[in-house]
Amino acid sequence: MKLKGKLIGILVALVVVVTLVMAASCGKKPQRRGAGRGGGGASDTTSAALATYVAPGDLDEYYLFYSGGHSGQIFVAGMPSMRHITTIPVFSPYPGTGYGFDDESKEMLDGYTWGDSHHPAFSETGGEYDGRWLFINDNAQGRIARIDLRDFKVKQIISVPNISANHGSSFVSPNTEQVTMATRMSVPIPLGTYADVTEYADVYKGVTAGIKVDPDSGEMSLGWQVLVPPFNYDLGDAGKGPSEGWFFWTCYNSEREFIEGGKLEVTASQRDKDYILMVNWRLAQEAVDAGKAEMIGGAPVLMPEDNPGVVFFMPLAKSPHGVDVAPSGQWIIGSGKLSPTTTVFNMEKIQKAIDEQDFEDTIDGIPVLTYGSVREAEIPVGLGPLHTQFDDRGNAYTSLFVESAVAKWKLPPYEDTTDMSQYVLDKIPVSYNIGHLVTAEGDSINPDGNYLVALNKLSKGRHLSVGPSIPESAQLIDISGDKMRLLYDAFTEPEPHYAVTIKADKLDPIEVYKKDDPQWPKNPNAVWTPEETRVERKGNKVEVWMIAVRSFFAPDVIRVNKGDEVVIHVTNIEQTRDELHGLAINNYDINIVADPGETKTVSFTADKSGVFAFYCTNFCSALHQEMQGYMLVK
Amino acid sequence: MQDVFHDLTEKLDSPLTALGRVLVLVAAILLPLSFMTPLWHMDFWAQQYPEGLELLIYSHALIGGDDGNDLQEINVLNHYIGMKELKAEEFTELKWIPLVLGAITVLTFRSVVVGTLGSVLDLLVISSYFGLFSLWSFWYKLSAYGHDLDPRAAVQVDPFTPPVFGHKMVGQFEVWSYPSPGAWLVVGFGVFLIAGFIVSWRQTFPKKARGSSKRSVEEES
Repeated sequence: MKLKGKLIGILVALVVVVTLVMAASCGKKPQRRGAGRGGGGASDTTSAALATYVAPGDLDEYYLFYSGGHSGQIFVAGMPSMRHITTIPVFSPYPGTGYGFDDESKEMLDGYTWGDSHHPAFSETGGEYDGRWLFINDNAQGRIARIDLRDFKVKQIISVPNISANHGSSFVSPNTEQVTMATRMSVPIPLGTYADVTEYADVYKGVTAGIKVDPDSGEMSLGWQVLVPPFNYDLGDAGKGPSEGWFFWTCYNSEREFIEGGKLEVTASQRDKDYILMVNWRLAQEAVDAGKAEMIGGAPVLMPEDNPGVVFFMPLAKSPHGVDVAPSGQWIIGSGKLSPTTTVFNMEKIQKAIDEQDFEDTIDGIPVLTYGSVREAEIPVGLGPLHTQFDDRGNAYTSLFVESAVAKWKLPPYEDTTDMSQYVLDKIPVSYNIGHLVTAEGDSINPDGNYLVALNKLSKGRHLSVGPSIPESAQLIDISGDKMRLLYDAFTEPEPHYAVTIKADKLDPIEVYKKDDPQWPKNPNAVWTPEETRVERKGNKVEVWMIAVRSFFAPDVIRVNKGDEVVIHVTNIEQTRDELHGLAINNYDINIVADPGETKTVSFTADKSGVFAFYCTNFCSALHQEMQGYMLVK
Repeated sequence: MQDVFHDLTEKLDSPLTALGRVLVLVAAILLPLSFMTPLWHMDFWAQQYPEGLELLIYSHALIGGDDGNDLQEINVLNHYIGMKELKAEEFTELKWIPLVLGAITVLTFRSVVVGTLGSVLDLLVISSYFGLFSLWSFWYKLSAYGHDLDPRAAVQVDPFTPPVFGHKMVGQFEVWSYPSPGAWLVVGFGVFLIAGFIVSWRQTFPKKARGSSKRSVEEES
């Protein structure tokens, strides 16, 4: 009896122990989202999920256009779902849309196979996004491109003389009269001039430029250039309201040197203050139109000392990065990335200092406004402030690279200036190392104040591992309340710098190039019926007018001789959306895609003999596999 | 017996009453309005065409929805089953229907001015015949299209007749075919014509008179 009781006791104890051990070993459950992953976990998962959920078939509230960095592209996503929708190739060939393979886009790319797209900007009317064009700069090849938002395609890419590493671009004046370009990495000008880096301080030159935009066609052309000292002109913004008519650029390396082996990161970080450069673009344009410019490299360049009132410097804390004009246009926000503060300048004070010639210095003929006279306040936002965006309630949001956070702070006026930290209202950690940030319509005069996207440089561990080539992260943050709230993590290919958002209903892109639609230029090589298709030979040039339609090409046999110049015009005669047709010629590296109603032209030399199949690359129909032909090269 | 017809013929020779003329006038105005709107429409819906495709049949034209592109799309799809392209110029109906509609309109206006009960009756008879013939003609044409399929077509389907009225599955498409406002205008034309006739008849031959006439018929037989 006693033994039995003991046995039962042991058995019970055993069961308890085994159960506990099993429970403990089962404790390796998948990690809960947000748990144990560092800062910024969504505090209320359910409400965050609902805030970003866009049901199948439903549409997002905003378009989000990310720059693609050195991929040379623009990524288009929907917000708040953050779903990637499409990629607009700009400075790099993109086989997916045949960009860079047909004659027209090849000519626009001008022989380059990549670019470094940094800062997209919408065209504006009265300071509001008007949904007509999107501009984007190429930091590598000193170019700027214009995308037509009617069909989401690049319509123009220009490079201008004297600009090297166009980083301070593209920033648009409130009525899209002009858009900025600026030299980040000073070189001797005109481009192509040789001078050793030992001559950096005197022979190397900075240049900033205004690009005129035709109000009807959007066609861009160089308006003016200003010669500026060989600093590194970084980011910019266009004035609005009281600051309208001015372009602003930050600059670092006001040490004005590039010492071989001296590490620019060290030599450019010696002075406590660098500058914001401001150019009155209206006066600059007038001066150029009045013939006051010197022609350098074929471009009209204004010398600051000969054109007083056009160019000024404002001192700003150490090695600044972003300069951002608040929606009212009165506050100019500059962030010195090596200083823990963000500086607010007051446009009224700036104007007064200019009027009263309140200058503390002059550099290469450019007056430097007295810092104390133009500064409104310094806000202790945190470590490594880079960029600032805005809401509709008088708040600013500054990205903190070093601190990996976004600081929300109040714009002036300030009643009590004894402790400026009281105006830093909230801070949210981000994952990780935020660069730019963008709020809903945050560059317009009327930001929406609901969403903010943090564009982070590092995303380590926030996504399924994909090896060492780790993508970037974009985090959606709800800024509608007093406290910022992290909603969603999205990831992008390398490497968005800046992004812009626009309310979805401001865009109404076409989905088919309707035959005879007067809004598009007529392509003289378009053919619309099988009867019009033909092959013509003139000497050793063979020209083909082809149609593509479900599910055949006409003609489907092209006969040429080795060495012939071949020109193929292919028209997709579909008028139904999403019926794209590709034309790939195997082993000839030819990959054309024509959208419905579009005509593309490709020219090449038939330098290989044999039989080469061509086919439709873009899956079009049940008999897509049969959409094929042959190019016979004798 | 002969008297019955004689009586009827005599009555039909009576002029329309004022109210009758007004009603016939309304009919005369409604009919030409049917030129402006489609008589019939066919809607095609499939999963990958969330907005559907639309074919509008006017008395004088065959027009696809989406600024005409739906017709091209329908033709592109039909080519897979070897159906001939639907071309407006091959529908002779689109030439003679407007002509006949115009003629009937002119005759209706004539009835308003110098019309008799008989002329309205004639219009009713001609219009009914014309309406039914047009419908048959369209049905026959669609049926011919659906049966004249290229035997070498990529996709083999059994010959079929697209619906003229109602709903039918054709391949992955649900097809609806229904009258459009134009058809209702034509129906309205008929209704006002009948109303004009009946009103004129009743006003010209009040119940009493009709009763006596009936009696006289009985007496004769």
